[in-house]
Amino acid sequence: MAKMRGATVVDVERCKGCGLCVVACPLKVLALTTKNVNMKGYNYAETVLEDTCTGCTSCAIVCPDGCITVYRKKEE
Amino acid sequence: MTREEIIQAENLVYRKPELLNDVPMHYCPGCSHGVVHKLVSEVVAEMGMTEKTIAISPVGCAVFAYKYIDVDWQEAAHGRAPALASAVKRLWPDRLVFTYQGDGDLACIGTAETIHALNRGENITIIFINNAIYGMTGGQMAPTTLLGMKTVTCPYGRDPKLHGYPLKMADIAAQLEGTCYVTRQTVHTVAAIRKAKNAIRKAFEYSMQGKGSNLVEIVSTCNTNWRMSPVKANQWMEENMVPYYPLGDLKDNGK
Amino acid sequence: MAEKEVTLMKGNEAIAHAAIRCGCDGYFGYPITPQSEVLETLAAEKPWETTGMVVLQAESEVASINMVYGGAATGKRVMTSSSSPGISLMQEGISYMAGAELPALIVNVSRGGPGLGTIQPSQADYFQTVKGGGHGDYRLITLAPASVQEMADFVDLAFELAFRYRNPAMILSDGAIGQMMEKVVLPPFKPRRTTEEIAKECPWATTGRIGMRKPNIITSLELRSEEMEQNNLRIQAKYRVIEEKEVRYEDYKTEDAEYLIVAFGSAARIAKKVIAIAREQGIKVGLLRPITLWPFPYGRIAELGKQVKGILSLEINAGQMVEDIRLAVECKVPVKWYGRLGGIIPEPEEVVEEIKKMTC
Repeated sequence: MAKMRGATVVDVERCKGCGLCVVACPLKVLALTTKNVNMKGYNYAETVLEDTCTGCTSCAIVCPDGCITVYRKKEE
Repeated sequence: MTREEIIQAENLVYRKPELLNDVPMHYCPGCSHGVVHKLVSEVVAEMGMTEKTIAISPVGCAVFAYKYIDVDWQEAAHGRAPALASAVKRLWPDRLVFTYQGDGDLACIGTAETIHALNRGENITIIFINNAIYGMTGGQMAPTTLLGMKTVTCPYGRDPKLHGYPLKMADIAAQLEGTCYVTRQTVHTVAAIRKAKNAIRKAFEYSMQGKGSNLVEIVSTCNTNWRMSPVKANQWMEENMVPYYPLGDLKDNGK
Repeated sequence: MAEKEVTLMKGNEAIAHAAIRCGCDGYFGYPITPQSEVLETLAAEKPWETTGMVVLQAESEVASINMVYGGAATGKRVMTSSSSPGISLMQEGISYMAGAELPALIVNVSRGGPGLGTIQPSQADYFQTVKGGGHGDYRLITLAPASVQEMADFVDLAFELAFRYRNPAMILSDGAIGQMMEKVVLPPFKPRRTTEEIAKECPWATTGRIGMRKPNIITSLELRSEEMEQNNLRIQAKYRVIEEKEVRYEDYKTEDAEYLIVAFGSAARIAKKVIAIAREQGIKVGLLRPITLWPFPYGRIAELGKQVKGILSLEINAGQMVEDIRLAVECKVPVKWYGRLGGIIPEPEEVVEEIKKMTC
């Protein structure tokens, strides 16, 4: 069976660090930064398990600020 | 396969809806409003109604909805959005007309306008964000505040002897002859968001088919004034709000 | 040319017929004495079957004015009517419309107050109408008809002024003009504007993003103080233009007048009878009738103030317009007030006695 590979791109400056994407991801791909903050001072969401993402879009769907763009490609 | 190979235009599967512009939203982190804004933006565009939508924003946290969703907006006085929408729809019958209101606006100061617009069967949709509290003014008791729930104006918890009972507006709306579709949804999980989007789409379609008035209640969170994290607020909502405000369609006469 | 059709009707009925004829798109109202005939006439005439005009009985005056707000925000010609207690309920909406710069017509067939007061005629809403009424710095273009004919004529005029300046306009009438029957020539039919005409004439209107233009937003809200001050200054500049260009009044026997009555609406009709009686007795009295109460004819009253020995403000209230007359003449000539309250219309003879007191 072909495996789906995904990638998320977070609009860091739009992110308010609410963390809803982190819990929405079934594979724990995302986490909030612990040291870095954006211009507004929020810890923002970032991809921590890059290879695990399947591009299911759960994180992006629950994101209240529309910060997350998701790409998905079938692994050949 | 590298990340760069995946991040290509042809592989795009989700992005912020086009109608939701780039203006940073003033909502608190994790606020349900943002999700509902996205759903409304998606449905308007998918229905091809961008050129024919007239939306009404309330007084409350969503007062600035007009800054974020790129359709024509009118900003109403507190509670009066359904009156504006009634006139707009009657004057422009081929337009998609909806209001977007919170519980203080819709269920308290605007109860008369809400009930009468719904009961007249105006071909509009009312999107009702129920987070059981006044958000914009700093967390005061709302008509929908749960019994025992603490707010800054009922700091010892809502007491029915002092404050009466939480108002179930969707249940009232379902009893009105003029309503076509009354539903109660949430937006705290992926599955719930998909259902809520379908509900908004259905309501908008019924309104355009002239089937009567439609109320989509979204049981929501206000993590800031509930004094919880966004994640905890979603859990609290599921455990406390949903039992009192049960989810699902209360009425669907449009089928 | 077709002969002008003269009919006999109440002032309230004339408002309704004129609305249908002048391309009005929508009426939203709530019953209250003494103006209910406006809504009743519209309901009986069924203009939705002829011109397409929407007529809706709202759940309250609060809803009515907010329906007007919504309709006006789409560039439509919309109106409401009520009487004093109902107009009080509308003040919030009127303030919002002034703030959002929306054109609309509000008709006040006023009655005596305060409170529930009386259903009899009164002019006690002068202050409420021309000095604010609702919150914030705003003005309401105000026309004061003195006949059923003017009730009919001022509907179109009020809409024209409202749209010219993007500001709500009011016809301030009273129960006497609203209820009395007089002959009237109704205005000619004028078609309702098409969507294309609205889009062209009201590019600000929330009609939906026709042609994917940029979104239009109608709001009176602006939290940034610097921006809000600019909004206020823009609106104030507009008010100065209105004050310069739109003052309307009627001069009646002022050429040789030694005493002047200033009166509007019903009171101005009484004033004409007063003048006839006074002149028979050798007292040269004239009338200045403000037709626009805002903008107020300060300039014309100031001119007449230089000519006459005394001015009587005849009002069916406890003395409201008298303050504006004193402002106009800067106290260079004595200004007295006379009026009756509680819904009583002054008799000409009692006003003549007041004039005589001024001549002593």
